[in-house]
Amino acid sequence: MTNEELKTTITELIATAAFDETGEWLNVVVDPKEWLTLALQLQNHHSLYFDYLFCVTCIDWKTHLTMAYHLSSTSYRHNIVIKINLDREAPEVETVSHLWQTANFNEREAYEMFGVHFINHPDLRLLILPDGWEGRNPMRKDFEDPVNMIRL
Amino acid sequence: MVEEIGTTTEGDLIINVGPQHPATHGVLHLVITLNGETVKKVEPHLGYIHRSIEKMCESLTYRQFIYVTSRMDYLSSHINNHGCALCVEKGLQIEVPARAQVIRVIMDELTRIASHELWWGAMAMDIGAFTPFFHAFRERESINDIMEETCGARLTMNYMVPGGVMIDIHPNFQKKVKDFIAFYRTKMNESDELLTGNIIFQNRMKGVGLLSKEDAISFGCTGPTARGSGLNCDIRKLYPYEIYNSVTFEEVLETSGDSLARYMVRLREIKQSINIIEQLIDNIPEGDFQAKTKAVLKLPKGEFYSRVETARGEFGVYIVSEGGTTPYRIKFRSPGFANLSALDHMARGSKLGDLVAMMGTLDLVIPDIDR
Amino acid sequence: MFEVYDLSFMWSLSNITQTINSWLNQTFSPTWALIFEMVIVGICVISLFAILGLVLVLMERKVSAWMQIRLGPNRVGPKGMLQSFADTLKLLVKEGLTPNGADKFLFNLAPFIAMIVAMLLMAPIAFARDFKMWDMNIGVLYVTAVSSISVISILMAGWASNNKYSLMGAMRSGAQIVSYELSAGLAILSIVVLTGSLNLNDIIQSQANGWWIFKGHIPVLISFVIFIIAVTAETNRAPFDLAEAESELTAGFHTEYSGMKFALFFLAEYVNVFIVCAIGATLFLGGWMPFHIGNWQGFNHIMDYIPSSIWFFGKTFFLIFLIMWFRWTFPRLRIDQLLNLEWKYLLPISMFNIILVTAMAILGWHF
Repeated sequence: MTNEELKTTITELIATAAFDETGEWLNVVVDPKEWLTLALQLQNHHSLYFDYLFCVTCIDWKTHLTMAYHLSSTSYRHNIVIKINLDREAPEVETVSHLWQTANFNEREAYEMFGVHFINHPDLRLLILPDGWEGRNPMRKDFEDPVNMIRL
Repeated sequence: MVEEIGTTTEGDLIINVGPQHPATHGVLHLVITLNGETVKKVEPHLGYIHRSIEKMCESLTYRQFIYVTSRMDYLSSHINNHGCALCVEKGLQIEVPARAQVIRVIMDELTRIASHELWWGAMAMDIGAFTPFFHAFRERESINDIMEETCGARLTMNYMVPGGVMIDIHPNFQKKVKDFIAFYRTKMNESDELLTGNIIFQNRMKGVGLLSKEDAISFGCTGPTARGSGLNCDIRKLYPYEIYNSVTFEEVLETSGDSLARYMVRLREIKQSINIIEQLIDNIPEGDFQAKTKAVLKLPKGEFYSRVETARGEFGVYIVSEGGTTPYRIKFRSPGFANLSALDHMARGSKLGDLVAMMGTLDLVIPDIDR
Repeated sequence: MFEVYDLSFMWSLSNITQTINSWLNQTFSPTWALIFEMVIVGICVISLFAILGLVLVLMERKVSAWMQIRLGPNRVGPKGMLQSFADTLKLLVKEGLTPNGADKFLFNLAPFIAMIVAMLLMAPIAFARDFKMWDMNIGVLYVTAVSSISVISILMAGWASNNKYSLMGAMRSGAQIVSYELSAGLAILSIVVLTGSLNLNDIIQSQANGWWIFKGHIPVLISFVIFIIAVTAETNRAPFDLAEAESELTAGFHTEYSGMKFALFFLAEYVNVFIVCAIGATLFLGGWMPFHIGNWQGFNHIMDYIPSSIWFFGKTFFLIFLIMWFRWTFPRLRIDQLLNLEWKYLLPISMFNIILVTAMAILGWHF
């Protein structure tokens, strides 16, 4: 499916979705509240069938956080990027680890590195950071570690 | 077994495999819940070699950050560098000269052979056969010698730069590669004789660590791990980069999804890589090995994603640029991270010895997982 | 002809023992002579123990190096021959740690039991013509009975270490040794049935006109193969090294051992390999008996030229090489496959085989 077709199909599913076509793939910006319903339909819709979540990223824009989900379909081979803007102070979004099992680890990584809270995640614990790590999220832009960080 | 697999009850044996353990090939830490010899749950604890490469890259320029990526999947450092170089080239719309493209592909395939060879030896060691390790290293050494001559390094090559390759190939390169292939062809059946045909080995691998195609997709598995389950996921075929669409090779697929399938995929992939190198080694076009680029690279504002097929699977580079000389945010989609997440699913209900064999067939490289 | 026999007799070790024996009996009272002989035998066993350890470790390293296309130890001494001495020296000066949570008494006792068992097993073995420590009439029974004790040392080490890897290794080893003892016992029994004697000396003498492996047709050949498989498993050697299983249990039952206590386990393993190979050589390959073919007198006398000790050690080291060959070319079995192999294949086969051997012995179908 081309980007245009994807756009029309997704508009039918979620009326409030905003689009950005500057990149290689179609970017869809959705509200965190609508993410779970969209995710369900993206995975199961007969002409979309996005079954392969290949990249989960969080970006700290200093004013807000953005979760980026890179999705692909193994049957149709089309790609899409879903973006969800989150409040930087209390970032909360529904988990999709029950839809794409790879999200389990990736969301745990985003949780510890950016402090994004994934609602209903089955196992939201620290994955990479050592036990007992508290508070500060190392990948945020305002994180400072005077000992280990080297500024060039 | 009466109680449900996956839950911990009183009387279960919980053992820590790693971070210092011969089976983990690095500093991976697995907390394994056992009932006797049967694995009930595997819980990976990561981060023992986490260097936050993504954060480091935010303060490195587009020329510098490629060197750091060699340290992620150190067994396919060429291909990591390649992915990063591709992403920067995509952002700057640099046309890579034909000569550089061919050299890059040859280097990638040599790296793939070296990586698979090392995996073969290490996996044999996991199931208790020590001799294959040395046989594998003999072949890998010859590749390392070729790399050393051209790139100046044996492990972290840093040979790919935005716009091409750093220096031209060594005058001996073509001859040495051809010699290696001739030598390798005589030794290729040794692996089958030594290990693959062994009845103990076959029994250890067959029907163990099953991963269905659906689960492979859901867990985001790529590379030989997913191809063992019958999933077409070779980036070289699906989204051809460089000159992969002009060489003929086969995407190796097995359908049974067990440890033996993953093993066979990797062994057959080596042969495909040799085919690719043979097609290209005599046809390296003359010309520049590097495109003319500015001294300071500045990617335009926007997002760029490139993916390449490493020896372990799909390696993705996601650059978010604000228009400066350094990336604003960079994300490496590492194949090992996704492959590892399927381990728990595969291992439940199997024996402890099989868990080790499964980890071997997943070909985990810990710096690649932790980043 | 008598001269030829005398020549080989001169080479024989029994001369030396007889000379020493008669000298001691002339000089001292019989009681003291016996005590002195015991002391000498004790010293000999301990030195043999040490030499075997050193030689077998070096042999294993050289064999593995040869199979793994590398050189092996080649720095210490000529062709690396003193490497094992250097290793032993290092292990001797190393601190022997005892973990805090360990059962200290059992933890320290275990390696000694392993070693004592290995030493006891040397008693009935005939190293050359008329050269053995104890000519007992139940030699075979003694060997099978004493070798079963070795599992206790492994269980003791695993349990006392207070380490989960050790415990798992010990449990695996317990299951494994107990199972494979059955097959090994039945394989040994087939020779006992054929000779009608439990005395190792009688068994060797019965092979004066040909070794059992040649005389006994296919049933003895089957027994021999089963014996080799079973003793490889009993000594915890690869591909049956589940008790140690490096890639699974780091080092299995001896994970927590260091220094000399570890060295004793290590030594006991190699001496056990030597002993089971010596038993195998005695039962199936005629022990010190030279290679004789029926009544070909000329050929047999030429064979008699070669000293009996060389025959014995040659056969034993051939079997040791065989077991090392297994180790460096086979992958390890899984625990359930290991037990399946014993209970579903080896044990039924050896049970059926013993019936065949018995029938053969009664009907006198062997040569």
